[in-house]
Amino acid sequence: MSVPAAPAPWTVGPVTRTDFVRYQGASGDMNPIHHDEEFARAAGFPTPFSVGMWQAGLLGTYATDWLGAENVRGFRIRFLEQVWPGDTLTCHGEVVREYEQDGERRVDVELTCRRQTGGTAVTVWSTFVVPDAAQREQEATDVA
Amino acid sequence: MANPDAVGTRGAPFRMDVERGKIREFARATRSTSPAYLDAERPVVPPTFLTTTFFWQSGDADPWPAVELDQRRGLHAEQEYTFFGPPPRAGTRLTCQSHISEIYTKQGRRGGELTFAVMVTEFRDETGRLVARGRLTGVETARPPAEQSRADEAMA
Repeated sequence: MSVPAAPAPWTVGPVTRTDFVRYQGASGDMNPIHHDEEFARAAGFPTPFSVGMWQAGLLGTYATDWLGAENVRGFRIRFLEQVWPGDTLTCHGEVVREYEQDGERRVDVELTCRRQTGGTAVTVWSTFVVPDAAQREQEATDVA
Repeated sequence: MANPDAVGTRGAPFRMDVERGKIREFARATRSTSPAYLDAERPVVPPTFLTTTFFWQSGDADPWPAVELDQRRGLHAEQEYTFFGPPPRAGTRLTCQSHISEIYTKQGRRGGELTFAVMVTEFRDETGRLVARGRLTGVETARPPAEQSRADEAMA
């Protein structure tokens, strides 16, 4: 059993208000600061900005493509820089630690979502059960 | 200013049905093309999907207002999900309950006191088994967030 290599960094964007609104509708967080231009300006921001949980969700997509949707056991998100319309985001991950716990192989990974400026929008520390080859094959069969 | 007496405040239990169509909507909004979410008959939820408690938790099920964080200076600092086994699947009826677990202050890197509040939500399946736990950390900054960089300071 071994941890699959991290996929190539995944670039998303330029991101748009439509991305934010679509995520807001899906998540149920309708805070107007993320879509209402007048509301955002009145609060002192130049435009609406993205929902931090959207960027975190992108990292969830990247990480589960890498290590398997069923295998996630922990996902801790820290919100750092805001993301603005027109930004281009890059999701990236790396293995931090491999170990055994409760009779299972586990891996801790660190995931980052960076803006085109190099600034980090979101960092995630995530734990996955390591899929063995047989399980990966089974999952591929299940969804085929 | 947050109300430190809010620690221990518990919301009423609430129901949340994990639905295939909702998982599909959420997966597509987060740019997933994974057949594990889009094609599986009973997909598991994506890692951050339990944030959709927004649709299920209201009124006396939501203890967060007891914290009384100033919304103009409030930010979402951290969010964590822990899964005690594979994430719940479509078709699962979850029973969920939230409580305020901590409120504490820290000095910000640029001066000014930051107040943090933590709300924990437990998710149980039909058998009563704890399947997931969510942990939301909110922060109230000393000044409106527009005047400072975000959690860079908040998390100092």
